[in-house]
Amino acid sequence: MPGAIVTAVGIMGGLGLGFATVLAVAYRFLKVEEDPRVAQVESMLPSTNCGACGQPGCAAFAEALVAGRVVPSGCTVSSAAAIESIAELLGVDAGGALKRVARVHCAGGTAESRAPSTYQGHASCRSAALVSGGGKGCTWGCLGLADCAASCGFDAIVMNANGLPVIDPDKCTACGDCVDACPKDLIEIVPIDKPIFVQCAALSKGEEAMAECAVACDGCGRCAADAPTGLIEMVNNLPRVHYELDIPHTADPTLRCPTGAIRWVTGLQYNAESDSRRKHGLPR
Amino acid sequence: MSGFAHGVHPPDNKHYTEKLPIRRYPFPRRVVLPLSQHIGAPSRALVAVGDRVQRGQLIANPGGFVSTALHASVTGTVVEIAPYRVSSGALVPSIVIETDPFDAQRLEERPPLDPSALNNKDFVQHIQMAGIVGLGGAAFPSHVKYAVPEGKRIEHLVINGAECEPFLTCDHRVMLESPEQVMGGIAIVAERLGVRSTHVGIEDNKPDAVEALRRAGGGKGNIQVDALHVKYPQGAEKMLIKAIHGREVPAGKLPLELGMVVNNVGTMAAIYDYFQTGKPLIERVLTVTGPGVAEPANLLVPLGTSVREILEYCGIKPEVTQVIMGGPMMGQPLAELDVPVQKGTSGLLVLTKAGMAKEYACIRCGRCLEACPELLNPQLLAKLARGGRWEETESRAFVFDCIECGSCSYACPSGIPIVQLIKTSKAELRKRQRAK
Repeated sequence: MPGAIVTAVGIMGGLGLGFATVLAVAYRFLKVEEDPRVAQVESMLPSTNCGACGQPGCAAFAEALVAGRVVPSGCTVSSAAAIESIAELLGVDAGGALKRVARVHCAGGTAESRAPSTYQGHASCRSAALVSGGGKGCTWGCLGLADCAASCGFDAIVMNANGLPVIDPDKCTACGDCVDACPKDLIEIVPIDKPIFVQCAALSKGEEAMAECAVACDGCGRCAADAPTGLIEMVNNLPRVHYELDIPHTADPTLRCPTGAIRWVTGLQYNAESDSRRKHGLPR
Repeated sequence: MSGFAHGVHPPDNKHYTEKLPIRRYPFPRRVVLPLSQHIGAPSRALVAVGDRVQRGQLIANPGGFVSTALHASVTGTVVEIAPYRVSSGALVPSIVIETDPFDAQRLEERPPLDPSALNNKDFVQHIQMAGIVGLGGAAFPSHVKYAVPEGKRIEHLVINGAECEPFLTCDHRVMLESPEQVMGGIAIVAERLGVRSTHVGIEDNKPDAVEALRRAGGGKGNIQVDALHVKYPQGAEKMLIKAIHGREVPAGKLPLELGMVVNNVGTMAAIYDYFQTGKPLIERVLTVTGPGVAEPANLLVPLGTSVREILEYCGIKPEVTQVIMGGPMMGQPLAELDVPVQKGTSGLLVLTKAGMAKEYACIRCGRCLEACPELLNPQLLAKLARGGRWEETESRAFVFDCIECGSCSYACPSGIPIVQLIKTSKAELRKRQRAK
């Protein structure tokens, strides 16, 4: 009996010793050198794995940073200070990427728009959009069931009392999750220093558009006429602002809008401060 | 008859209209004819604003092979070609015709055309140019089913007279009132395809329809009229094949795989009419029914008639809460009544009770699994879809095998909108596929 115990302990001990030797040798001769800066940079990133930088997660972004394939400001989530310290650590330029934010191309909440019927099914915009369009008179408008707010990993989107999503530009990281979530494709990511924004996506025009919503774009084209050449183009009865052009924005194109569909948006959408018409003492 | 597995037994509610003969609806003042009333590519308009068109005149050509022609449903003047809202909520380019109030609305007839004198290619083209689509509800262009690919052969023709949707009675009335047309259409298609057998499947809550078709020639030769035990969704083509032939269509495949084609009885009557008189698909029978209708009816309605006008004609009660285009199980709730009747519109159901049941958590009772005729796991699909795990609904739960019959939602004691969650997941996956 004691002999069996000795044998068992001996075998297990021997095996343990054997594997330990293999591991020790492997550690000595097969080890892979990793740049210590990768781990260091990764610890300075926000660890949200949101994908806004275009890399599959923060670890991959850190690797790409160290390899010099991307610039620190590619991470839209980190604060300016964090990006500066990463740039300092790696001894590279932070890169001049400008902050961008998500904004909603619809201002027709329950107060402004016509809703011929009430949707009652599963409370999700994606589901509602499949049931006869969701019950809203406007084919293109926001359904207000908060799929974008649910998709936001940064709590930047809250639904207001009017049934519209309000995106906090300070919290928004331009990751694009809400853009994917919206079945009506209403959310666009725009540079924060270009405040002209069209709060309507309706392709109808004139009285037809106004019959559905008090703040619809009626396709008159005054904004395009008032804007610097090429900045605003009328496409399918809607003004399209060319954010990619290097033209500084002024409030002029928003002033003559008869419905207030094109706005000067600096902070939150749908509040009095972003209402250029009121600011300039024009009638609503 | 072996029947099919699973399924549900909703109250059939056919008593509202099953005894009412089909009436012709008066010609409306104007019709809105969407260019995309079928599955597949939209049709291409041939007319311009201001053109005068005759009832039955071709006004749009097929926009591809899986597409079909469109004809004027009234004599009058084209007043507009513009996007109009249809039942799905989408805006679809449509031809609007204002009816000539002084015209007799007579249809130009031509002598009967002998289908046996045509080769298969010409036959398929005739059906396409007649604008005929499946009248059961899906509006799939019929000619596509008859264009049998090289190397395949259609052995069996299955005709769907099940009408398993509660409330709807349009197919029932067509079988009862024009059995010769239905049997005539069957004879044409059966001969053209050279099938070995034809089965007409009718649920046994319509013994008079079974009787009528048998009297009109069913049950003779290789044409069988089968009375099937009532169960929803018997009229789904895969279930009908299982019930009649006892064979299963492989997942993701068409009945063609088994050498079969399934057609609706209404489609057969439309094909017969076309070969006899040259009448294209310009009107259809639809059932206006439900507790909210003052005078339920089976109406023969010109395509493009406004739903609102039809409901006003039949009278709707003030307590109406919901109007559904189609039946209660698979129909489309309407957000607005100003939408036109299309080729696939089988009925208008007007309800008076407030819509959705209160939703509770899933209690894992398994009733949806017992209901699903496709033998899927609906509660898993619903759970994954609710969590936005779209890819998993396909890889783990085979979402694309779902036929959206709604049996799971009907069976769920917790009131979970299972089939809606499944539809959402499918739409989301299709969107992703398109983006790729």
